[in-house]
Amino acid sequence: MKRKEEALIAEHSCLCGEIHSLWLETPMAAEAKPGQFIGIYPKDGARLLMRPISICDVDAERKKLRLVYRAGGAGTKEISGYKASEKMDILGVLGNGYDVEKMKGRKVLLLGGGIGIPPMLLLARELDAAGIACNAVLGYADGRDFLHREFDTLCNTYVATMDGSLGTKGTVIDALKENMLFSDIVCACGPMPMLRAVKEFAKDTGMKAYLSLEERMACGVGACLGCVTKTKNTDPHTHVNNTRICVEGPVFDAEEVLL
Amino acid sequence: MNTAVTIAGVELKNPVMSASGTFGSGHEYSEMTDLNRLGAVVTKGVADRPWEGNPTPRVTEVCGGMLNAIGLQNPGVDVFIERDIPFLKQFDTRIIVNVCGHSVEEYLNVVEKLNDQPVDAYEINVSCPNVKQGALAFGQDAKVLEDTTRRIRDVAKKPVIMKLSPNVTSIKDMALAAEAGGADAISLINTLIGMKIDIEKKRFVLANRTGGLSGPAVKPVALRMVYEAAHAVKLPVIGMGGIACAEDAIEFLLAGATAVAVGTMNFAEPRTMEKVAEGIEAYMKKHGIDDVKELIAAVQD
Ligand SMILES: Cc1cc2nc3c(=O)[nH]c(=O)nc-3n(C[C@H](O)[C@H](O)[C@H](O)COP(=O)(O)OP(=O)(O)OC[C@H]3O[C@@H](n4cnc5c(N)ncnc54)[C@H](O)[C@@H]3O)c2cc1C
Ligand SMILES: Cc1cc2nc3c(=O)[nH]c(=O)nc-3n(C[C@H](O)[C@H](O)[C@H](O)COP(=O)(O)O)c2cc1C
Ligand code: FES
Repeated sequence: MKRKEEALIAEHSCLCGEIHSLWLETPMAAEAKPGQFIGIYPKDGARLLMRPISICDVDAERKKLRLVYRAGGAGTKEISGYKASEKMDILGVLGNGYDVEKMKGRKVLLLGGGIGIPPMLLLARELDAAGIACNAVLGYADGRDFLHREFDTLCNTYVATMDGSLGTKGTVIDALKENMLFSDIVCACGPMPMLRAVKEFAKDTGMKAYLSLEERMACGVGACLGCVTKTKNTDPHTHVNNTRICVEGPVFDAEEVLL
Repeated sequence: MNTAVTIAGVELKNPVMSASGTFGSGHEYSEMTDLNRLGAVVTKGVADRPWEGNPTPRVTEVCGGMLNAIGLQNPGVDVFIERDIPFLKQFDTRIIVNVCGHSVEEYLNVVEKLNDQPVDAYEINVSCPNVKQGALAFGQDAKVLEDTTRRIRDVAKKPVIMKLSPNVTSIKDMALAAEAGGADAISLINTLIGMKIDIEKKRFVLANRTGGLSGPAVKPVALRMVYEAAHAVKLPVIGMGGIACAEDAIEFLLAGATAVAVGTMNFAEPRTMEKVAEGIEAYMKKHGIDDVKELIAAVQD
């Protein structure tokens, strides 16, 4: 059941630059699926809206969940200042998530670009647990390869950096081609140009693609219709071609969404 | 203790309702808050056919509030009747349907279809700042507002609440126009037209360029307008704009509102309306007030 709840900060640290890792103790950890997200509320009363952040990982006991986020704007900068043993208000668990069951018996490729990398970690973990073979390609701007080691323990991991300081010089698609990582299913999260390229590439090579989309949100639960994306078929809520990323997404079959 | 109020013959168990467009048709928030605790659910705007709404980004946060330019995406009155009314009927609360249209005919199409449905009142949105054609146009010219109100009143078999725009030079004139057109009640304020620019990208944050400002940032303006409108007309007034807690709601009652609506703060705290209802009761207890109606327009110099 969706709810707003207090969560205890178990660990909070800076991974590199503006990237922070936050472990929260919350019963929501037991319900979290890869690809789902939660909303974190800033405490400053002038910042009313929750910040949607993907679930990056869950601990072995499923009592804590991990978020890895970029402190880019005012709200996430404020959040980055909260310390272990302090409490935060969170809204969750939100969104649909990836359907790991559907991937059984298939070869899966995970693509994460920049701050789109975190949600791929829990997916890699659950695929590994379900005995589904997968490769991952992580795309970074430079050699600051946050979460790389965690991926290495779960699957074959390749890296692409824009400045060429690590792995393939270029995008995740360049690394995918260079290493011939063709598979049945590709799951991707990252900036819009990357998602468009993945959609195109998957279509050309006959792979099934699932994309994790982002949009500005107010409610996070489907009530405000703020976060829609254009779809090929009519959407279940309004019966037009605008579906809600916070409820029907954020994970979509690439063929379903018009990017 | 009596917390019930009456608006155009419709009794509400308490004066707290949702503000249109922030609460869907109640479904999405029903797992997080008890709809039975609300005086009424005011639905998202309903048109005579499905509306696509505006391009994204449609929402953004601003200091103490938010901007939205949803553009009234809605499934239309037929889906509303089939899906949303049966859902809302499961709860012990009143149903107020917010109605939108590009032309008076479109408003009338919705009202005609709902006339025989188990809903309690219509709130007519003549004040949406985010739809290019119509909508706000009906709410910014007193003559047009009066005429629109009259034409809807002639067809409606339920009470008609005209929802007023704050984007006018005289809210008093608009309240008087709605009254002259035969409105049974008025509600205000809808959102104030605002803007936000991303200075790194040198671009408007919202695809629509402008959006409606709501949330605590608008409360003082909303309160002043509710006061002015309530003192200009004899109609009951539903006050809204930035209500975050019972204290805010009580200010609106004292200013002259018979009931209040909570919008943006539902996003910050899904249980805001329940808490407002509880808080009003606590205030009444503390001040020895037996009937919430004693608070309405009780402000003094
Ligand atoms: C489903 C989903 C999952 C996400 N997962 C992650 C994640 O795992 N890690 C991560 O670092 N980021 C993630 N994001 C992006 C993250 O939500 C934004 O970076 C963040 O909300 C920006 O807030 P701020 O306080 O830094 O910026 P501010 O400028 O203070 O934000 C102002 C408003 O705009 C919204 N906003 C600004 N940028 C974005 C954006 N890119 N996407 C959505 N809303 C935005 C904010 O939520 C806020 O309401 C995700 C977004 C979505 C929709
Ligand atoms: C996301 C959003 C959607 C809205 N949609 C509607 C609508 O469909 N019809 C309407 O009359 N008002 C709509 N409004 C205006 C609210 O009902 C309310 O008048 C306004 O937001 C002020 O109240 P608040 O500050 O409590 O939000 C919307 C407001 C928001 C924030
Ligand atoms: S954020 Fe409100 S519908 Fe998705």
